[in-house]
Amino acid sequence: MTAPEMTIPDLEINRRLTILPMQEFYTSGHRTCQGCESALVMRYMAKVAGPRTLVTGTTGCMYVANTSYNSTPWALPWAHTQLGSAGSSAVGTAAALKALMRKGKIPDERINVIAFCSDGGGGDMGLATLSAALQDTRYNLLILLYDNESYANTDIQASGMTPWGAVTAFTPSGSQMRITHHRWKKNVPALLMAGHPTGRYFANASSGFGMDLMEKVRTALDVGGPTFVQTHDPCPKGWDFDPRMSHELAILAVECGITVLWDCLEGELRYQGLTRQQVDGAVKRRPVADYLRRQGRFAHFADDDIDFFQARIDEMWEDWILPGVLRIKQTPFGPRPESGRSVPEPTEGGNHG
Amino acid sequence: MTTMETRAAGTAAAAAGSEEIITGCDAVAQALRLADVDVLAGYPIRPYDSVMTAVSKMIANGQMDAEFIVAESEHSQFEIGKHASLVGARAFIGSSGVGWMYGMEALVVTSSLRLPVIALVGNRALDDPGAFGVEHNDALMVRDTGWLLYWVESAQEALDTTLLAYRVAEDKRVMLPCALSMDGAFLTHSQHIVQVPGPAPVAEFLPPYDLGDRRFHPDNPVSIAPQFNEDWVMEARRQADAAMRRARGVIAEATADFRRVFGRGPDDPFVDTYRMEDAEYALIGMGTVGLVGKVAVDRMRAAGRRVGFVRVKWFRPFPRPELRALLRGVKGVGIVDRDYSFGSNAHGGVLYTEVAAALYPEPTRPVIVPFIAGLGGREVSVENIEEMTDITEELTARGELDASCQWIGVRGPASDPRYDVERGAR
Repeated sequence: MTAPEMTIPDLEINRRLTILPMQEFYTSGHRTCQGCESALVMRYMAKVAGPRTLVTGTTGCMYVANTSYNSTPWALPWAHTQLGSAGSSAVGTAAALKALMRKGKIPDERINVIAFCSDGGGGDMGLATLSAALQDTRYNLLILLYDNESYANTDIQASGMTPWGAVTAFTPSGSQMRITHHRWKKNVPALLMAGHPTGRYFANASSGFGMDLMEKVRTALDVGGPTFVQTHDPCPKGWDFDPRMSHELAILAVECGITVLWDCLEGELRYQGLTRQQVDGAVKRRPVADYLRRQGRFAHFADDDIDFFQARIDEMWEDWILPGVLRIKQTPFGPRPESGRSVPEPTEGGNHG
Repeated sequence: MTTMETRAAGTAAAAAGSEEIITGCDAVAQALRLADVDVLAGYPIRPYDSVMTAVSKMIANGQMDAEFIVAESEHSQFEIGKHASLVGARAFIGSSGVGWMYGMEALVVTSSLRLPVIALVGNRALDDPGAFGVEHNDALMVRDTGWLLYWVESAQEALDTTLLAYRVAEDKRVMLPCALSMDGAFLTHSQHIVQVPGPAPVAEFLPPYDLGDRRFHPDNPVSIAPQFNEDWVMEARRQADAAMRRARGVIAEATADFRRVFGRGPDDPFVDTYRMEDAEYALIGMGTVGLVGKVAVDRMRAAGRRVGFVRVKWFRPFPRPELRALLRGVKGVGIVDRDYSFGSNAHGGVLYTEVAAALYPEPTRPVIVPFIAGLGGREVSVENIEEMTDITEELTARGELDASCQWIGVRGPASDPRYDVERGAR
């Protein structure tokens, strides 16, 4: 594998984050893989949350690889929760704090509650708990979904957020079926945002853009109420690439328009950094092949598969009224002017199953 | 102190209380208010759900100060309770039938995390086909996982045992969750006269919940439940085992203290015995079948038969010493299981298996006859109890030590191939 040509884009840096604390609250003591971007996300998250924070985390890489008994990277209180329990663990924790503070059983102060989950735990099994938590405006809580696009801790099985066509332990490429993962990746932050009008803050971030990510976590915690942040985290083991390329792949996903940096604060949708430049037309998206061809999980892709993938991404950018966020191409108020694309079905050989 | 004096002292202590006609679920709700529970999570399923209806109304009326969360599934409901308990909040959950099953993963981690959450199980048959009526299989599903389990018989016992359960579960020597089982419909929704105590005796009896050095708070940066694997799992299981063994002493201590403070309560914390003094035959059951069993015993005693009834209250920890002592000298024992365990020993129910195992070390054992009755909410009548006593006597007279389980009150003749099962020695 050769190193891709990388351009490090200009970031829109929030001034507040130029005075980041030196302290780390996610430190040594974990056993994550080389090049694990999710571990970096945990570090960013803990750093801006600060010491008056309670963290729960679902089963997954960030449980098993992080916390082996007698060794922990957490300088914050951290508790395991079950795979499908991110939302309920946050609600239970926040509700207990609220009751105990109101009744004078513990001192009344601001304590951040963060529940993190994976794409499998949050996007699949625990989706209902995320939904319930994001409805409950009585409580201040942040759910952070670290998306490494597979059940990576259990040997890389497809989740509902694994990209279409990717090879995983349960979706192999065989001699008769080239593609066996038929589901297009679900857009969890957008579906949560669209369906939870009282949620105050939703954001999509990337491990490759740390300042942006930290700003989003901090904004979520500061705005209060139930909030949601998702991060896109390259996984060398699950995606099959050289660990030294992790960070670059995260950036490349944004350059190709596959990962879209956006947030929505109290109903105001904003794009950030490179994504915003792409939306504005100041920067052109790179072809998705640049991203796909660098990962073993897409090594079986025929040119048709790349074309299909590209067409879907193009549609998302050029035909959607909210590029990369919601697949609404036409409204009673009229279509988006440049609409008219029809995305082809995957070609024969890629459409078995 | 005599029983009368004790009762008088207790009545005085609970003077600020009241007497009410309420259901089993409402009685538990009153106990939750008195215990100043901090976080409750509910999810609808009959028949346990009316406890949540009652507490949500009390909160809305300002009679109780707690966070009440309407969860989106039982799994979330139990996880909310677990995590609230971890922060140091007194927590309450509950369910019935398949709802209890749906949240099973969360129940298992509640006990393995040693968090003293209290649950109400309004016992209900498992689907499919759907059925509302009582069966004990739902609560029994956690019997191996470190949950304290109790079956109540009356609304008064439900209220009292809810308070007792928090005291025992939160004791530093125990720290295990406790599920109170209540027969669906027969007790969850039937009204009884209940003495509801005032706040003072409850405050005397039930100290504040203190999780100690496991409390999940920024002042106490702990990592809770890191991955163990073969390095430490066995030691953790052994600690839970030790806690369950210690629970016996804590239950006895707390029950005695309950009698002291409230002036009522049982002499024996573990089993409820009825006319067992000179009994030659005994029937054993759990839950509301005890009420029927006692009436049947009175009738049979009036006819000159030496029969008694034993109601198992605490199923976990299992009252092995009490049962062994009680059944010494008894000729024949019939076990009334309101549950099933298909393919198990003698094809009997769960209670049978446990009682039979408890009696095995005895030098002389009674004839033990397993029965299954009252499934899915079918009534267990006085006549059914008498029939089971008849069968037990008959098999005892024959010295039948290998009786196979018999179903009582079930349709279908033995000649019908669909029901053609071995019927023991009969």
